Amino acid sequence: MRVIGGLIQALAVALVLALTLGTLAAVAWRAEEAPRLGPAEWAAIRFTLIQAALSAVLSVALAVPVARALARRSFPGRSVLVTLLGAPFILPTIVAVLGLLAVFGRNGLLSVLLVLLGLEPVQIYGLHGVVLAHVFFNLPLATRLILQGWLAIPAERFRLAASLGMGPGEVTRVLEWPMLRSVVPGCLLVIFLICTTSFAVALALGGGPRGTTVELAIYQAFRFEFDLGKAALLSLIQFGICAVAALAAWRVALPGGFGGGLDRVVERWGIGSFWLRAQDAAVVVLAAAFLLVPLGLIVARGVPGIGSLGAPVFAATGRSLAVALLSALLTLVLGLALAELAQRRRGRYAAWVEALAALSIAVSPLVIGTGLFILIFRLTDPVALALPITAVVNALMSLPFAYRAMAPSLAEIETVYGRLGDSLGMRGWARLRYLVLPRLARPMGFAAGLAAALSMGDLGVIALFADPDRVTLPMQLYALMSGYRMEEAAAAALLLLLCSLGLFWVFDRGGRLRAGA
Amino acid sequence: MRTPIIATALIATFAGPVLAQDKPVLRVLTYDSFITEWGPGPQIEAAFEETCGCDLQLIGSGDGAALLSRIRLEGARSDADVVLGLDNNLMALAKETGLFAPHGIEAELDLPIAWDDDLFLPFDWGYFAFVYDTTKLSDVPGSLEELAASDLQVILEDPRTSTPGLGLLMWVESVFGDTSGAYWEALSDNILTVTKGWSEAYGLFLDGEADMVLSYTTSPAYHIVAEDDATKAAAAFSEGHYMQVEVAGKLAGTDQPELADTFLRFMLTDGFQGVIPTTNWMYPAVLPEVGLPDGFGGLVEPDVALMYPPEEADSAREAALEKWLAALAR
Repeated sequence: MRVIGGLIQALAVALVLALTLGTLAAVAWRAEEAPRLGPAEWAAIRFTLIQAALSAVLSVALAVPVARALARRSFPGRSVLVTLLGAPFILPTIVAVLGLLAVFGRNGLLSVLLVLLGLEPVQIYGLHGVVLAHVFFNLPLATRLILQGWLAIPAERFRLAASLGMGPGEVTRVLEWPMLRSVVPGCLLVIFLICTTSFAVALALGGGPRGTTVELAIYQAFRFEFDLGKAALLSLIQFGICAVAALAAWRVALPGGFGGGLDRVVERWGIGSFWLRAQDAAVVVLAAAFLLVPLGLIVARGVPGIGSLGAPVFAATGRSLAVALLSALLTLVLGLALAELAQRRRGRYAAWVEALAALSIAVSPLVIGTGLFILIFRLTDPVALALPITAVVNALMSLPFAYRAMAPSLAEIETVYGRLGDSLGMRGWARLRYLVLPRLARPMGFAAGLAAALSMGDLGVIALFADPDRVTLPMQLYALMSGYRMEEAAAAALLLLLCSLGLFWVFDRGGRLRAGA
Repeated sequence: MRTPIIATALIATFAGPVLAQDKPVLRVLTYDSFITEWGPGPQIEAAFEETCGCDLQLIGSGDGAALLSRIRLEGARSDADVVLGLDNNLMALAKETGLFAPHGIEAELDLPIAWDDDLFLPFDWGYFAFVYDTTKLSDVPGSLEELAASDLQVILEDPRTSTPGLGLLMWVESVFGDTSGAYWEALSDNILTVTKGWSEAYGLFLDGEADMVLSYTTSPAYHIVAEDDATKAAAAFSEGHYMQVEVAGKLAGTDQPELADTFLRFMLTDGFQGVIPTTNWMYPAVLPEVGLPDGFGGLVEPDVALMYPPEEADSAREAALEKWLAALAR
């Protein structure tokens, strides 16, 4: 079993490396001339860094109070809300942008409201628009990751704190602050990296070429100039940014180590004051409004056209569901393998695993797609492999989030129960089956749900390989839009939203039930 | 035993369609929106397969520019026979690859300009134009100059990522030449935003986000024909309108040269051209016998058709892009 485990881990590392650095190398290898970077590329790098840093800090800063409120309150509909809050993150960008602008645009709800009150409409286009959109996408992710951290603090600790007469301030200092120090840096990193590779959103909400990111520069180098060398160099710069950020986050983060509790959720004490309740309620309501109103508008637009969707849309939905399930499974295997690897080899080596797990956010989907195309084209027909390739690449794209969700919990499990497991002689499959998996069910459910949902909405590499028999739902959605069929496109977007959320809910719920909470 | 069922479903999904019988196969590489059920692809495939005794496979690959990248990546090893969906702005680059073979077809085309390219044959064309809502906009600008002088808000597409975006870049360059940089600066306060592609831009326009959007003179025809909605119109600009001509060419490495020729000839007949207006929403390169559908009657018809000769388009594009970035990226 040890051997098989090691083999899977080695394969996981090899696969991630092949798909990230390998595809990049393939692109560089096909380059015809040495690349040069002009002022436009440097401006793109600068803009990328600024908007990504602002977006990450703001998303996480806002997510902390939301996660705390959700962690210490239970109210009817809380679990539905937690699921729904995840929706923006898994939407295809084009849908999310239209939903967001339906609220914040020149003709959006907010502007209409302001004009009614005799005020100026909102001016959304610019750096602040890009940051707003990125917070919209990533606040849910940050909230979920930090919420995991809160739920990982054994509830007995809070009870102990309450019985020791600690106030909210002391609880924060003694219990919550150490947890945040271990969770927040990774969370910042992930969101920083997601925003680094942002492209269509940054362009549309940045108000034009001012909003040019490195990813757009890569895109331009590929399709417009067919300068593969420049594309590869720019990708390398993205990798560099990723590596520096990952190592910085790893240096700041502290491993948790609370000691064991009874391993289940216990009612929180000492948080019943009116002021605290009102504060939590306000935070939850505001976050929900910010995230759910655009979502509601997407739903409202989609409903009228839902009856007119034809069989091809449903066939595409079926294909996307299959890809999503396969991708979720792969993500779990990859995520668990890397998390185990980081756990076994602590210290410097673990930082490399950490960076490896984050690597795939920094790689441009366009580079992966093109690199794979170059590699596979020599061997076989890439079109025939379009769907499995999409599933694998999607799994890779979800890996950083899956790893983020699973690795801290795994470390916690090993810290707390590891010695008990060792003393009982639990190894290999038995250890995984009886010690690790049951306690990892919650983050695993979350990771699988996220992977499936992201895969469902991803246009990604398939666009390079597609033919009519392998069209996925996001492709179908774009095709409807480019055929002027905006109403059907809105309906397809709703269908996509329902599938993504449905997948996420099923896995996430499954994980939480399994975890008995 | 759920696992085998899921596995079977996955295999069935991924294995794809069974290859057609012994008929010769013609592989036509084209852009994505061509092959969807609302695009021209399905009807054209059916019409061609009626007579060719072959299996026509339409393969989608992004948009026009992605198509060219794909051909360059595949090089001479490509097993595609025909590439359909490049345009006048990409032709020179496509020619440079040396991968295309002369078509040898003499054609009577209904284009507003003369066409005598030996590698590429047009299959449809259109004019770029700014589209507006007649119920919301009364003071319609009559030229690029007037647009820049107005306080209207327009949505553009990025020339680096989209065909219409590139079209406007060339349009402005062909009208203003040396002073195009100054024009972009004058226009910059009218630009609400620039999107990655046409779909986002047009979607935002339909949501009422801007006064005008960069699209085609034929866009209003969609609303008239398919939605019975006559409120969308294209503004006629006195400087003239830049053209997009979409073309197809035969790859030199094809293993079906005769079938490819047959397809290119078929492309200029009613079986292909009759489908174009109401699926691609462009003008057919050869007018079908029945003429144009109703909604096309009242469209703006520019007095001047602007277009760089394909061989000059590439160098004009580079200079124009630099000026565009310099004026707008600050």
